[in-house]
Amino acid sequence: MTWIARPKFHHASLTKNEQGCTRRDYEGTISTLCAGCGHDSISAAIVQAFYELSIAPHRVAKLSGIGCSSKTPTYFLGASHGFNSVHGRMPSVLTGANLANRDLIYIGVSGDGDSASIGFGQFAHSIRRGVDMIYIVENNGVYGLTKGQRSATADEGTTMKKGEVNTDKPIDMISMAIKLGASYVGRSFSGDKEQLIPLIKGAIQHRGAAFLDVISPCVAFNNHAGSTKSYDWVREHNEAVNQLDVMMDHEEMVLQQSPGTVEDVAQPDGTVLRLHKIAMDFDPTDRIKALDYLERHAAEGELVTGLLYVDRKPKDLHDHLGTVATPLNTLGESDLCPGAKTLSAINASLR
Amino acid sequence: MSQLIRVNDFVIKFANVNGSGSASANTLFAKSILRMGVPVSPRNIFPSNIQGLPTWYEVRVSEKGWLGRRGGVDLMVAMNQQTWDVDLAEIESGGYLFYDSTRAVPASKLRRDVTALCMPLTAMCNERYKDARQRQVFKNIIYVGALSQLIGIERDVVAQLIGEQYKGKEKLLQPNLDSLDLGRTWAAANLPSPFELKVERRDNVGERIFVDGNAAAALGALYGGASVAAWYPITPSSSLAESFQKYCNKFRTNPDGTKRFAIIQAEDELASIGMVIGAAWNGARAFTATAGPGISLMQEFLGLAYFAEIPAVIFNVQRGGPSTGMPTRTQQSDVLSCAYASHGDTKHVLLFPEDPTECFHFGAEAFDLADRLQTPVFVMLDLDIGMNDRLCEPFTWDDAKRMDRGKVMGTKELEEGRPFGRYRDVDGDGITVRTWPGSHPTRGSFFTRGTTKDRDAKYSESGPDYMENMTRLQKKFETAAGLVPAPVLRSAVEPTSIGVVYYGSTSPAMDEALVLLAAEGLHIDALRVRAFPFNHEVPAFVAAHETVFLIEQNRDAQLKLLLVHECQIDPNHVTSVLHYDGTPITARFIVRAIRERCGMTAAVGNGKVKR
Repeated sequence: MTWIARPKFHHASLTKNEQGCTRRDYEGTISTLCAGCGHDSISAAIVQAFYELSIAPHRVAKLSGIGCSSKTPTYFLGASHGFNSVHGRMPSVLTGANLANRDLIYIGVSGDGDSASIGFGQFAHSIRRGVDMIYIVENNGVYGLTKGQRSATADEGTTMKKGEVNTDKPIDMISMAIKLGASYVGRSFSGDKEQLIPLIKGAIQHRGAAFLDVISPCVAFNNHAGSTKSYDWVREHNEAVNQLDVMMDHEEMVLQQSPGTVEDVAQPDGTVLRLHKIAMDFDPTDRIKALDYLERHAAEGELVTGLLYVDRKPKDLHDHLGTVATPLNTLGESDLCPGAKTLSAINASLR
Repeated sequence: MSQLIRVNDFVIKFANVNGSGSASANTLFAKSILRMGVPVSPRNIFPSNIQGLPTWYEVRVSEKGWLGRRGGVDLMVAMNQQTWDVDLAEIESGGYLFYDSTRAVPASKLRRDVTALCMPLTAMCNERYKDARQRQVFKNIIYVGALSQLIGIERDVVAQLIGEQYKGKEKLLQPNLDSLDLGRTWAAANLPSPFELKVERRDNVGERIFVDGNAAAALGALYGGASVAAWYPITPSSSLAESFQKYCNKFRTNPDGTKRFAIIQAEDELASIGMVIGAAWNGARAFTATAGPGISLMQEFLGLAYFAEIPAVIFNVQRGGPSTGMPTRTQQSDVLSCAYASHGDTKHVLLFPEDPTECFHFGAEAFDLADRLQTPVFVMLDLDIGMNDRLCEPFTWDDAKRMDRGKVMGTKELEEGRPFGRYRDVDGDGITVRTWPGSHPTRGSFFTRGTTKDRDAKYSESGPDYMENMTRLQKKFETAAGLVPAPVLRSAVEPTSIGVVYYGSTSPAMDEALVLLAAEGLHIDALRVRAFPFNHEVPAFVAAHETVFLIEQNRDAQLKLLLVHECQIDPNHVTSVLHYDGTPITARFIVRAIRERCGMTAAVGNGKVKR
């Protein structure tokens, strides 16, 4: 039995959000991952982000593939429906779910094995289609659940725990996502919740394919010297380009128009992404420049983090398909079935 | 030389080059015979290619209404030099060869026992048309004109069809009519009249419709309430998804242009079935259409859907396997790969439509079954049904019919505080209650995964939990046997100890074979299996007959294996008759096979058979 219920009782003084929910209401069962696993910090950030945005937990569907990362949806949003699908195929299941009901929020959790290897195709095509989702890759450069095989995001020249050197080129999920048309792309570090929580909040509010690459060290198999996915390495090489504040439409705010240390990016739903610039020469709304910046800094051995690309006018799959505003799963006979009279006419046309 | 003389009972085969526009001309020809009130059954025999390779269109004209492929050709329309020799060889002795005599054909390339009918088609066409494309397209209409005149199809019937085809494109109408008349006038002056193969007006078509199974299945999905479809192009199933798109555009588009459906052309079959599963998990009716290689790619997901109990409808238009198999040829060779698709202990519901009418009805019913049983349901078409126009009963629909969404607990029931346990067998039929995401703020949510769960969907790797779940799934499958379409029994006119079991596209050939065999004194009871799991009538039928034949269009007797295993039948009790060359099975083949196995020759049928 590896399922451990979290006790329901909590301190009466816990703050409630607009949904009347406390942060505890966004939690799931107790994690069974290793102590110190980066994934648990990401689950905590997801809990915090949904709590702060006052989103009703049952209006969220959480989906995952297979692997340590894909186990995590049980550890957050216990009141949401969840789906632990098959290895590398979360994106297609999420796409189908999204087609059926466009009114829910979809969070897909995956890992670097799940998304950069077996599921690379589905990752790419779900991004291309602009599925409205929060797609989080918990990236540790290693296969944890099968005990330490290297993954496709492991950097060239890095060493495995037993000393084996990786000679394969790494796949950079971020530049892939930007190239494939994701309309919201960020990278963060599981150990930096100040940066991560707002990035998740922005992704939740974003309507379109939002992709987050979160470096999440594996304490069991990839936290040693020689790894570029260890806590120490990431802390030393993390170069944040900006710090995000997600501001809701109802908040009093003055849009910062002029370029300076703060830049506001308004999203169609009224959300404002307020970016406090750290790298002054970085513009996250320019796809080509962003890609160029990422390439140049990666070559210098930096891990660029922050909100790396955002489309000011994103479109999602339903926009492309022109589907009705009503969720398809609520349509009844009169919406779906043309009826006997039409069928007679069809029969007549086939004679 | 004795010539064949036939009225409303012959086979014409057109040998063409694909990409030459012959398909629509040939369909026009077949439909015009139908409009004369005479049943026809055409079949496309085509290569996996777009342009330049041989393609054939075979039209069986049968006043008696036999719709199976007959075998043999009475009149060959030889329009392809590449296949001249094989085409010539296929003509029945005493038959006819129609060819383009623009270039002289030496006597050595003709047959003495076949009457040659030649027409300087290319020359006529080149004289009349200057544009290369026009020459090609109108050449087809000219030969249709000539042939229609030759065999006695009324001019107005063909002209009317052309008019319907070019409705709204009147500019194209007159040139087509001119070509038709060019052909007809020439034929009247130069070809034999009266001709020995003749179409005479009858009233044997009635209310029946002429449609292909893929379009019919798509229409079934439309009426069945499918709102999400995900697919990956693969012959011979692509036109099913494309037809669904066409019907949805027409019947599910709101005045403001918004759509009450979503169709995704996925990146592969894995993604297609993944999307179907995701959509169905979330409460939409969803399907995919594919063929054998696609089924192979979907295996892992199909197992997940079985264990996680998610409704999914899969239209499998069967063909020869594998990927470089015979994609444009027909077979019933995915029975086992679908029945037991995936890893672990899995079993799936299969439906076997016999013709487009059943493709429509099963196409709609599959969604009710999938929702009711919360499991994948396969509708097993094949290329012969899927891609050929077939004369069949009109589609019917009862407007009072409501979708059966199965055991779904909605917001109201959850609010009322009804107890919910995702995998609890509260009704004793093996079918449990599900909820859709987003239904209730605090009740009814659960985590979906394969088999590592207990009856409340909580994570569990315990053996007893696993066994309880698997035993219940077995019980659910037994429930399914009573819900799927029952087999259709046709008893012989005289009591007999011989039975035949068949399914799917074998139907029209079987209909004819049974009549032919009965005429020889061989009376046979017939049972058409329409679904798996097998209804109890299937093993009962086998037990009630001393000799049982099982007719299949595959090499390995796949349905027999399924029947013998699932119903615990002695394999020696069932004799397989197997047809697997990629062409549709014929009545001639069935008659010969059964006759031989019964130790009879055609002449000595006495109705008594010794085993």
